[in-house]
Amino acid sequence: MNRGEREAAVRRLLEQGVAPVPPELHGDAVRRGDRLLRQRRLVRRVLWLLACAAVVAFAVWAADAHPWVEPPSQTTPPLTGW
Amino acid sequence: MRDRQAARDARRAREFEAFVAGAAGRLLHAAMLLTAEAPDAGPRARRLLTLALAHTYARWDRLRGEDPYDCARQYLATRFARTTWHRYGAFGRARPDPRSPLAALAPRERLVLVLRLYEGVAEEQTAALLGLPAERVHTICDRATATVLHPDRPAAPRPVNPGTALS
Repeated sequence: MNRGEREAAVRRLLEQGVAPVPPELHGDAVRRGDRLLRQRRLVRRVLWLLACAAVVAFAVWAADAHPWVEPPSQTTPPLTGW
Repeated sequence: MRDRQAARDARRAREFEAFVAGAAGRLLHAAMLLTAEAPDAGPRARRLLTLALAHTYARWDRLRGEDPYDCARQYLATRFARTTWHRYGAFGRARPDPRSPLAALAPRERLVLVLRLYEGVAEEQTAALLGLPAERVHTICDRATATVLHPDRPAAPRPVNPGTALS
């Protein structure tokens, strides 16, 4: 018995005894799939909201702190009595 | 915007129903072979298939020309591989039913045999899906074929087999 014949025999064996599909399968799958979709949508919205909040917070902080301005030098002594 | 969403939902529901009507029988049989349960009652196979179909349903709008059957089969296979790994040696692991044709095989042998011979997936694709080298898939498939065809022969060519501890 060569490889092809053996595989054909196993294939025939595997094809036997097909069980009927339970009728509630489609409904269950749709219900679960809808729940998955809703969860993913919720997660995406929350992540977007967090990203937007982070952008706004950074903008407010930057407008207040001006991180791009060089801080005044603190090594030069103040000029007094000049 | 809302109209378009509703139309898309309706189309997805219609297409998915047609897909399930056409593919559920074959996928359910594949799942039953994987779990090796009794032909008349297969709670694990049914659960596995429901999860795979739900995953396909959730991905339906983003399939972009990909075959939904492929998607469901892939999810079925990877999910089965993962759950058997988690249940390895644990309580509550279902024992194979002797009426199933693949009851004598280890879960991984069943997985390879079903993918290769029942579903006709190419060796390289099976290997990529399971994360194994192609030669290993070839070996497992040969060994599983021999075990299925000659179950009474002593298991001489199976020196190191996780299945003996598993089944």
